[in-house]
Amino acid sequence: MRWGEIIRRLVLIPPTLVGVAVIVFVLLRVVPGDPIAMMIPPGASPADIDRLRAFYGLDQSIPQQFITWSGQALSGHFGRSISLHQQVFELVLARLPATLELALLATLIAVVLGLIAALIGTQVRGRRAEWLVDGGVGILLSIPDFLWALILLLLFGVLVPLLPISGRIDPEIDVSFHSNFYLIESLLTARFDVASALLHHMILPALALALPFAALLARVLKTSLAEAEDQDYAQVARARGFSRPKILLREVFPNALIPTVALGGVQVTLLLGGTVLVERIFSYEGIGNMAIDAVINRDFPLIQGLILTFAVLFIAINLAVDLLVTLLDPRLRHG
Amino acid sequence: MSPALSRRTVLQLAGAAALPLSSGLFDAAQAAPSGTLTIAYNVNLPSFDPTVGLSAVNPTIQSIYQSIFDAYVGQAPDLSFKPGLLTKWGWNADHTKITLELRKGATWHDGSPVTPEDVVWSLQRAADTKSGNPIQFVWSKVGNFKIDGNTITGDVLEFEPTLFKWMAFLTAFVLPKAYYEKVGAEGFEKAPVGSGPYKVDAFERNAFLRLKAHPGYWGAKPAFDTVVFKFVTDPTSRVAEIESGGSDITFEIPYEEFDRLKAKPGLVGQTKPVSDIAMIFITDIDPMLDRNVRLAANHAIDKKAIVDRLLKGYGVPIATLEAPGYAAFDPTIKATYDPELAKSLLAKSGFSPEKPVKFTIQTTRGFKPKDYEMIQAIVGMWRKVGIEATIEVYEIAQHFELRARHALAPAAFYNWGNAIGDPSTSTGFAMFGPSPHCAWKGKDLVERIGPLWGEKDEAKRIAGWKAVDKYIAEEGEVIPLFQYVQPIIHKTGLKIVAQANGMILPQLIAQA
Repeated sequence: MRWGEIIRRLVLIPPTLVGVAVIVFVLLRVVPGDPIAMMIPPGASPADIDRLRAFYGLDQSIPQQFITWSGQALSGHFGRSISLHQQVFELVLARLPATLELALLATLIAVVLGLIAALIGTQVRGRRAEWLVDGGVGILLSIPDFLWALILLLLFGVLVPLLPISGRIDPEIDVSFHSNFYLIESLLTARFDVASALLHHMILPALALALPFAALLARVLKTSLAEAEDQDYAQVARARGFSRPKILLREVFPNALIPTVALGGVQVTLLLGGTVLVERIFSYEGIGNMAIDAVINRDFPLIQGLILTFAVLFIAINLAVDLLVTLLDPRLRHG
Repeated sequence: MSPALSRRTVLQLAGAAALPLSSGLFDAAQAAPSGTLTIAYNVNLPSFDPTVGLSAVNPTIQSIYQSIFDAYVGQAPDLSFKPGLLTKWGWNADHTKITLELRKGATWHDGSPVTPEDVVWSLQRAADTKSGNPIQFVWSKVGNFKIDGNTITGDVLEFEPTLFKWMAFLTAFVLPKAYYEKVGAEGFEKAPVGSGPYKVDAFERNAFLRLKAHPGYWGAKPAFDTVVFKFVTDPTSRVAEIESGGSDITFEIPYEEFDRLKAKPGLVGQTKPVSDIAMIFITDIDPMLDRNVRLAANHAIDKKAIVDRLLKGYGVPIATLEAPGYAAFDPTIKATYDPELAKSLLAKSGFSPEKPVKFTIQTTRGFKPKDYEMIQAIVGMWRKVGIEATIEVYEIAQHFELRARHALAPAAFYNWGNAIGDPSTSTGFAMFGPSPHCAWKGKDLVERIGPLWGEKDEAKRIAGWKAVDKYIAEEGEVIPLFQYVQPIIHKTGLKIVAQANGMILPQLIAQA
């Protein structure tokens, strides 16, 4: 990807976000489910209902509401949450780090597991052991993240209760943070006891997100390694007497990595989508968990803020992956 | 009717199937710890202000509010009323004035005293249309307050017979005037101050709320110094929480799981009927304008079989919208299960199993235990007598919107809570035409219910509501199903006072 392409992609971000905002804004208001209807108390008269509707600005036409919201969004506010009574921007900023830390940990676990499985699978290619690796990868891949969450919850939360199954940190721990990146901050400030407590809470949800991702990475990388191993440069290295592990790591792996990184990037965005249910199951305080409540409560400003946040994340991740693939692939770098 | 397997169904089935496997391997649940009480709670706490917005009218959140804040009037486990922050309350002889007496010695969590000015400010704020209080229409019926020592008097601007009952429930909390005005709404959300038995110590949204006992609390000292509400909204995860020993108490779990867990060593189960009923709204559109069809739909339902088979016996069949324990409950009104009578009623209108009357019934799926399965069973019972109902699944948000627009299907399943037990907040708002919650808009009921809103003679008022309930049952204008029973599972060594309003109040939990 050349500079021109990068600039073109950057220029397209604002109209993409505006498009997402318009679609979400209109859809929320035309699909059934009215936040005011949900908070009408017994005995409320039509005037009471109108008063509540006006209080939340829902008495205006959709275009008027959009103009009001756009003005707030441009000034960085994104409105006030109907159910949480706080600024949407503040709420999302407070919770996003929890999801990002979880997604980062899940990605790390997935990369490590996927890499190991792919290398072992390639090393034992053609042998019976390859079936074991392929079978294991198949099982990991066929079970979705939310089912892994339940399985892990029962295995390590109930059957062999080794790990906590809810929350981000023990309620008994008294600790203050300067940022909402609890894990990163505790590691940087060398508070390893706190980091350990946080990791204890994150392992199960991160593993639930990571397992299907790891399986996909393993499958793609293993196929790419097999293809790259049959290429001329690998054959030449073999003819020169290099050992198989050396050929795999030095010659084959860098070439096989490109399609894996490209697909892995897309998969990270899916992993972020998976946080919605997994965070719910483990009562983890990220934006995924918050998104479910926002939808249940028909909290329009919060839903809009959260979807825009997800959209920004997806765009940023895709752009970063494209840049990374360009860096890894000289053919793309030099046109 | 779609047989598609949803993600939610898969979650529930997987959880339900896998949890029993854990039995016997490790018994993680142990005796309750001393000092800290951990409750696996079924909903998140959206907001700390108990008087504004969506969460203020969510009955499920009230347990947390009642731990932190004091209501004007207290409520006993059996729904009767008792002194709260107010020690006395009442009308004058002609119901034109109210008198309230504030408890002496009550303090806010910051140590400052609770004053009559706080009470008046809270009432005035609740009555202000700009405050966003959803119950403003009740609070606005009194005003012109005067303070004399700890006694507050006010004018009745419009008579509301349930005013003092409301003072024990939704949005009826006294907030600290000086503190609130100093920090503002958003500051209060970040650091709430109340006068209840517990004060906020730490809050991680969607994860947990940690409370510490308020040393200056006017009431009995709570048994636990620290209380943690863990927000575990998924029922399978709540079961895992109690089974793993991560929490001391949980509730609102599937009845099958309740039966399994209470048999495990280290855990105890207790149940109590609560002020929440299952019902089917009937909308006054075709074919429900036909009295025979309505009555047949009522008589064809075997409520006992539904409770026994689907709810494992955890429910109490009811004949009106007044459950046992409510002020206007009348045990003489009976709902008979009589499929033959249903058939003969339908025959009078030209319907039979071969030529059934057809309509749609709406229901939620997974919002309440076995809601969809219950409606499936009812549709099966109806089919036998000559009613062919098509099930339409909707979300609860859609139900509220359709109900407010008077656009529900001819039959629509719902659950109705009435924590103050007054007939006006059950039969009244559910069946009075002008109410946005009413599906039956018929003039017959408007004429019967209308005069009861302003009735000042309490005995006459309650008798009036009983007569309305009897009339509704005779006309079949709603289908009351059963009163819910709340399953609570907790560790041995705890003593829990279950509340008829369904609240789990940590101040009423002690070590046995």
